[in-house]
Amino acid sequence: MAVARIDNLRVELPGAVDVVDGISLEIEQGEVVALVGESGSGKTTVGTSMLAHARSGARIVHGNVTIDGVEILELAPDGQRELRGKTVAYIPQEPAAALNPAIRIGRQLEEVIVDHERAVRTTERGERVRTALSDVGLPVTDEFTRRYPHQLSGGQQQRVAIAMAIILAPRLLVLDEPTTGLDVTTQARILAIVRTLCRDHGIAALYVTHDLAVVRAIADRVIVLYAGRVAESGPVEDVFRRPAHPYTLALLGAVPDIARRTSLAQIPGRAARPGERPSGCFFHPRCPIRIEQCESGEVPTVMLAPGHLACCHRADRAVQLDARKLAPPRPVRDPRPLLTVDRLDATHGVVQVLHDVSLTVHDHACVALVGESGSGKTTLSQCIIGLHEKYTGTIRLRDHQLARSVRGRPREIRRTVQYIFQSPYNSLNPRRTIGEIVGLPLQFFFRSSRREMQTQIAAGLERVGLSAGLAGHYPDQLSGGERQRVSIARALVCQPEVLICDEVTSALDVSVQAAIVELLRGLQEENGLSLLFVTHNLALVRNIADEVIVLSDGRVVECGDTDTVLDTPQQAYTKQLIADTPSIERVGEVTRVP
Amino acid sequence: MTSGIAPAPVAGPTAPAPGARPVPVWLRVIRSSLGLWRVRIGLALAALVVALALFGPLFAPHSPSAFVGAPFAPPSGQALLGTDALGRDVLSRLLNGGRTVVWMSLAAASLGMLLGTFFALIAGTSRPLVDDAIMRTMDVLLALPVIIFAVLFISLLGPKDWLVVLLVGIAWAPQVARTARGATVEVAQRDFVRAAQALGVPRRKILIGEVLPNIMTPLTVEFGLRIVWSIAAIAALSFLGYGIQPPAADWGLMINENRTGLAVQPWSVIAPLVCIAVFAFAVNLVTEGLARTVAGVDRSTSS
Repeated sequence: MAVARIDNLRVELPGAVDVVDGISLEIEQGEVVALVGESGSGKTTVGTSMLAHARSGARIVHGNVTIDGVEILELAPDGQRELRGKTVAYIPQEPAAALNPAIRIGRQLEEVIVDHERAVRTTERGERVRTALSDVGLPVTDEFTRRYPHQLSGGQQQRVAIAMAIILAPRLLVLDEPTTGLDVTTQARILAIVRTLCRDHGIAALYVTHDLAVVRAIADRVIVLYAGRVAESGPVEDVFRRPAHPYTLALLGAVPDIARRTSLAQIPGRAARPGERPSGCFFHPRCPIRIEQCESGEVPTVMLAPGHLACCHRADRAVQLDARKLAPPRPVRDPRPLLTVDRLDATHGVVQVLHDVSLTVHDHACVALVGESGSGKTTLSQCIIGLHEKYTGTIRLRDHQLARSVRGRPREIRRTVQYIFQSPYNSLNPRRTIGEIVGLPLQFFFRSSRREMQTQIAAGLERVGLSAGLAGHYPDQLSGGERQRVSIARALVCQPEVLICDEVTSALDVSVQAAIVELLRGLQEENGLSLLFVTHNLALVRNIADEVIVLSDGRVVECGDTDTVLDTPQQAYTKQLIADTPSIERVGEVTRVP
Repeated sequence: MTSGIAPAPVAGPTAPAPGARPVPVWLRVIRSSLGLWRVRIGLALAALVVALALFGPLFAPHSPSAFVGAPFAPPSGQALLGTDALGRDVLSRLLNGGRTVVWMSLAAASLGMLLGTFFALIAGTSRPLVDDAIMRTMDVLLALPVIIFAVLFISLLGPKDWLVVLLVGIAWAPQVARTARGATVEVAQRDFVRAAQALGVPRRKILIGEVLPNIMTPLTVEFGLRIVWSIAAIAALSFLGYGIQPPAADWGLMINENRTGLAVQPWSVIAPLVCIAVFAFAVNLVTEGLARTVAGVDRSTSS
């Protein structure tokens, strides 16, 4: 019998707006089921319903959630409290937020036991804390248990959170994007730990994530959510080899993979958020193979193989859809160096963050700067743009040596080198309209007249695939992807030669990331831009970069042609990084739909 | 700073309205704050007191300095609220005595906001040394009680209206600066400010164009608070004899002149007292309502 089961769950926001509806799923003992979806798809809502909890404002309207045969939605509040932590444990995305910063971690782990099983003796508590710590691969020393959360790394904090979750031997673990924000090496460890724990202790797990490559690495079965409905579910191998729902297919096409360079397929339109969902199949406005039936009425669930279900009129179609197209080979690049960084040493206060870093970006080339958090990649890009001044060494644009501070650089240089920030939520002034934001550099660099500016702003927005009508809107009326396009438009109207992109897609959904990457790639090919693409994502590097520079602890570990470095890495660090990057293709090739 | 307590423009609208023209958010803040009873009541009361101060003199039955009866005469047909310590009509003096409090408190609050915000913007975006120099100077000023600070200079230079406004305004600068600097530092490290720096936009333009609009929310609330405190400080200075000078009519002064007759003719003290209290209370209500609305509407300082 399944450990956990959800039947026909519906969660609503005020006004009878459904967040999720008709969700049914089962998790067997020792099984890891992945729940995949983009932001707003309702995956966290389903996850927390396993704890009989709905976020404030939302309400579980109907449905059954059964764990170990107990109907948990019917339990009294006390019973539900008892259940949480003991029978079902939750591991949140931010480990730092889950741990109390003022209590030593040993104490925090013991408290979980005390809260649920008062009578346990001190010695036994200590024993169980040590077992839990060793289960998650943390040191079992007094020195370690006496530490405070801030004395641990992000990965260690997440492992403490997992230890806290398993210390009472729960039947079900709910993991909500537990590795988002962690480096790949740390992510690989956490995934291995979760995998082993579930197998060895027979814990069932619901793994909520947006990352398909992670799904392939950890899950037995996968459930794809779109707009609060199950689009497709089934064993991971089946779903990845023979995706039946057009949305699954589109998602697979949008994910960059480290195995090979593909052109990332964009999904047209916007994800349907609660309250603005269409009739019929929710995906039909974005679906390339929709037929008339899709636009209204119930959508049938089709079984394609034992356990492999898809909710689609055309699941058994004969249409051939190619999920992953190989990208065309990149044009031969111009060997003239455009941007040169020579022997850069940079410091933050007394800490040296960059050691003897040199790199060259050629005309029309895309160079990826890869590194884990703390490797100094952002400092390097800020040195180049002139926002970080504490460095020695030289930075040149063609033959011109750049002044350290942006204020010391001539207008022409500032125009030529443009920077795009990581978070589109933070890089646009919320009090200015899109038109004003894009117009600022125009006014500043070209002293355009008001009328010229109107046309230039409209042209700039259209160039990045936005409607010129957005000029009158404010940033918070736009989605994350649209905002990042505005950021790019702001850089492009300067007519730059080098674009520095600092983790520009890390805050975005995969389908949006695909669109932004394709946009950058297109712009680069059309306009002969050079890109310095700063990222931690090796899969993206494979997709966009000609050359790659691997940075670790402020030193260049390895550099060279992208395919050469990724296929035949020379340094141990690079090898490890590549091995730790999950891939949707490495297990087996994704093939055409039969 | 703007005059009055109109809320500053805050972030863009919260919900995307496809096809519709975006409503400026300051308008949305006003609209939704008007849904709060505290704001409605506060605005009504404040409007009442301001109207009393502005148009009162037109309705005064007597000249504010005319003697209409015996000192501390109880209310009668001749003097509806009785007479004061010198036998002047309390009602007429009340109707004439509001203008000074209202304009002086608004002017002092505005001056304090201007000075405080100016120093805060500089301090919050400067090197630590400059930042410290400015803020520690502010701290020293903050250590001086407002009344003592004002009394010191007024006794040197003589009681004048503009001097009272100037001194009270200066006295508020450190308090405003503390609030505004915190907000400035928070905004200045955000990426859109760095984006403007990377373009080479001059600092003055960054401060006015990028930072200032994003700290208007705390500033609006602070402005309301400063008005309340200015009313109290100016009334207190008048009471102490360092503000408005006799024989002029002024609410604060009236309380001082008539307090000896509190037992005999309480109206002469209570009437101006109630006016001052109601004005301060009303501005406070509106400020608090705005602060609450903004907290719900304005999402720019989060995320």
